[in-house]
Amino acid sequence: MEKFVRLKAAAVPLHEPNIDTDQLIPARFLGKPRRAGFADFLLRDRRFAEDGNEIPDFVLNKSAYRDARILLAGANFGCGSSRESAVYALSDYGFRVVIAPSFGDIFAGNCIKNGLLPVMLPDAQVAELCRQVTVTPGAPVTADLETLAVEAPDGSVFAFTMDPFKRQCLLEGLDEIGLTMRFADRIAAHEDRNDDVLQAG
Amino acid sequence: MQGASVPSAQTLLDKIWSNHVVHQNPDGQSLIYIDRHLIHEGSRQAFDLLAEKGLSARRPDLTFGTPDHYVPTAGRNAAAGWDPDRRAVVEALRENAHRDGIALFDVGDRRQGIVHVIGPEQGITLPGMTLVCGDSHTATHGALGTLAFGIGASEVAHVLATQTLWQRKPKRMRIRVAGQLGPGVSAKDMILAIIAHIGAGGATGHAIEYAGTAVRALSVEGRLTLCNMSIEAGARSGLVAPDDTTIAFLSGRPYAPRGAAWDDAVLRWRALHSDPDAVFDREVVLDGAAISPMVTWGTSPEDAAPVDGRVPDPGSEPDLEKRRAMIRTLDYMGLAPGDSLGDMAFDRVFIGSCTNGRIEDLRAAARILGGRKAAIPGLVVPGSGLVKAQAEAEGLDRIFRDAGLEWRDAGCSMCVGMNGDLVASGQRCASTSNRNFVGRQGKGARTHLMSPAMVAAVALTGRLTDVRRLAQGG
Repeated sequence: MEKFVRLKAAAVPLHEPNIDTDQLIPARFLGKPRRAGFADFLLRDRRFAEDGNEIPDFVLNKSAYRDARILLAGANFGCGSSRESAVYALSDYGFRVVIAPSFGDIFAGNCIKNGLLPVMLPDAQVAELCRQVTVTPGAPVTADLETLAVEAPDGSVFAFTMDPFKRQCLLEGLDEIGLTMRFADRIAAHEDRNDDVLQAG
Repeated sequence: MQGASVPSAQTLLDKIWSNHVVHQNPDGQSLIYIDRHLIHEGSRQAFDLLAEKGLSARRPDLTFGTPDHYVPTAGRNAAAGWDPDRRAVVEALRENAHRDGIALFDVGDRRQGIVHVIGPEQGITLPGMTLVCGDSHTATHGALGTLAFGIGASEVAHVLATQTLWQRKPKRMRIRVAGQLGPGVSAKDMILAIIAHIGAGGATGHAIEYAGTAVRALSVEGRLTLCNMSIEAGARSGLVAPDDTTIAFLSGRPYAPRGAAWDDAVLRWRALHSDPDAVFDREVVLDGAAISPMVTWGTSPEDAAPVDGRVPDPGSEPDLEKRRAMIRTLDYMGLAPGDSLGDMAFDRVFIGSCTNGRIEDLRAAARILGGRKAAIPGLVVPGSGLVKAQAEAEGLDRIFRDAGLEWRDAGCSMCVGMNGDLVASGQRCASTSNRNFVGRQGKGARTHLMSPAMVAAVALTGRLTDVRRLAQGG
């Protein structure tokens, strides 16, 4: 997995509540092979019209935000379906950080597994970041996982918290399966203790 | 132990959780054991991840699969038009399951169906267990007192390889529905009322335990509907403590324990309840008698209102972003502020899904339809082959067909449209499913969530109708 330590990059404001994973990647693309890249599927029906042309008004399509690698989002971002493809689509598009007041639990877990940093900040701070990058499109925002801080374009610093285990996984790009294999003896012992309960009838 | 002369009171979640901790880090992250792992076609990416590492399933005997998302519901051979790409996804599941020795309820097996319908139906889902599936509606299984939650593809790979997951114990939330539901009001109305009350993110980070007399009075099938939509309130898990209803439901199920093992299991299950003085991080109480038949008007399950309600006015929303989002929602749904929900004209109906595709749901819909003709087209899709067989034995299929609705084979179907069962753009669909998200039932589709009886009533008239009046009027 790709490590995440810090990133200074342009941020794009999409400050809407309840953007679900069906919107992030519509179900009709889920059967596609990953190697083809999922970038074009991200927010497909917000970005592209029926004829395949871009919808110029949509914020991701505006030239000032083309290089954005940080997404500023609304509450409950990534709610709904567990599809990890929603994270693949964000990553393949180029995002490494999503900053929102809250996230769908399954989505936030999927982010960590793919080197995408989900940062939770209070709604007022997300709104302030959105305001600054709307006034000055392309202005850089910094997300630092070592110091657990986000720096706004005007230099204000917003601290955030993250589960220490998840932080370590991201900072080191840890392979969780490899880590868990170190507990093989304990897993086997648990299975021995519970064998009668585990058996299917 | 320090000052621990009396063990502190535990919630149901605490009890199940502590039985499954293999290892706990000082910061609280825990490696927990997974007793049951269900897989469907979405497991393909996870098997690919495993193959990259040269690994295979550690406990195929605790893993069960069925194709549900991509299966056709009208004819299951190539001649009937089974799209080759979708067929390939089902075939990948078959190959992966066979290679690793995982039991598969395959197309052609009468036990095939929606993964969340067949787990309880087969007795694979049992109280006190941990159960996961790469599907957010895994919360369904909590109806049997099982700690069940949806996971992503990477976690599916992790469970296949290790039979464990790294998790932090969710916070404890109890939702009590006091009193009793009125006639014509169902578990679906109860959960829509709960989501409307606490919001689509209202239970994020929590496991919900549903309690109270109105919840106790529900059948297991109703409890499955209730727990199913926990994720639409943000909770990965919903739980109902096992009781006599649960035990009667599980008795004799194919994968449930038998003989002395059954007796032992029942003893264990009887202890699976929150202690009377257990403390929850959050408590919510609703009055069951105050819940009306509910219907969603927007594009989030929290956008739910009583059947006699009206479309809200974005103008009264003080927050600018929320106001803009509401305007977008109403534009997508083709509704105007203040519109009476009863005035909406529907184009089609869908009865089915992991939320409402069980036998009781089909009976509830058939009771409303009985002997009458539908005014608009629609699909009725049983949740499993066994539900289908049961419905046919009871003659429900005739009622649906005679009404003019299509009687199909088991699968997720029009809830998510991955098999090609789609709602056309701009069409308004009354649906027993769980998500009214933008584009969920097809690009541009307008979904209104409601109970099976309410959807059946829409089928008859093409309009939203209060089933309580329909029942009284005969």
